[in-house]
Amino acid sequence: MTPTAAELDLTAIFGALADPTRRSILARLSKGDASVLELADPFDMSQPAVSKHLKVLEQAGLIVRGRDAQRRPCRLDPRRLKQASDWLGTYRQFWEASYERLDDYLQQLQTKERKRDTKTRNRRRTR
Amino acid sequence: MTPKLEIVAEPGKTHFTTKRVVDAPRSLVFDTFTKCEHLKQWMGPRNLTMTSCQIDLRVGGKYRFVFRLPDGNSVGFSGEFKEIVRPERIVRTFVFEPIPEAAALETLELVESGETTIITTTTVHQSVENRDGHVNSGMEDGMTQGYARLDDLLAGLLQQR
Repeated sequence: MTPTAAELDLTAIFGALADPTRRSILARLSKGDASVLELADPFDMSQPAVSKHLKVLEQAGLIVRGRDAQRRPCRLDPRRLKQASDWLGTYRQFWEASYERLDDYLQQLQTKERKRDTKTRNRRRTR
Repeated sequence: MTPKLEIVAEPGKTHFTTKRVVDAPRSLVFDTFTKCEHLKQWMGPRNLTMTSCQIDLRVGGKYRFVFRLPDGNSVGFSGEFKEIVRPERIVRTFVFEPIPEAAALETLELVESGETTIITTTTVHQSVENRDGHVNSGMEDGMTQGYARLDDLLAGLLQQR
């Protein structure tokens, strides 16, 4: 089944926040913009490794990259992080999707139960 | 038609409530909320896989759910049971592990209504800010304040390391 846009959205944010390095990068960026080089330094990481994390953060919409081709400074986008920490929005996405699955699952369970009941009754009858 | 998930969050309050009707008897719904074999089949959006489920269903007992994201990362939800009245009521703490400082108290109530069960949840956060999200980036607050609150949020995120 293809995930809905809301599911993708939620997953991107969860995925971005789940990694401790990316959380540290966000913490660093909350103090001000920084280039890849400036970010790589305190984390003792190679530039490509940091760039990979930045790409995830950018795709989740948590940071924006500057246009300056040389430096491409990273800036935190607090709107998106608000969305990530917005319990109501997150709950809605999470639970709407969950309850839809629960509907199907309860149906399955009850169908199974009914079949079992019918079988038991039939067995009794033939006895 | 899929029943609607109603969410009520009054302005200025620290709690919000949700309501959802499902087409099943209450005892079965209670089981699907409290047994891992069932929870693994439905909890979370379809693109998240519940990779770990632990439930110690007694007062003071802990629970923890871990979901794997499509990119391989994992995210956990956990808490402790405070009250259990089978098959109608559960009170438990709730922590979304990436944001541990935003712990909440959650009450699940199941009410039988004919062939259906009405599921209501009440989630109480420690503050209105926690309920609404930590960073208020509304224009009237200005970006400075937004960033200040963001620092707090991130401090909480980092504590978890």
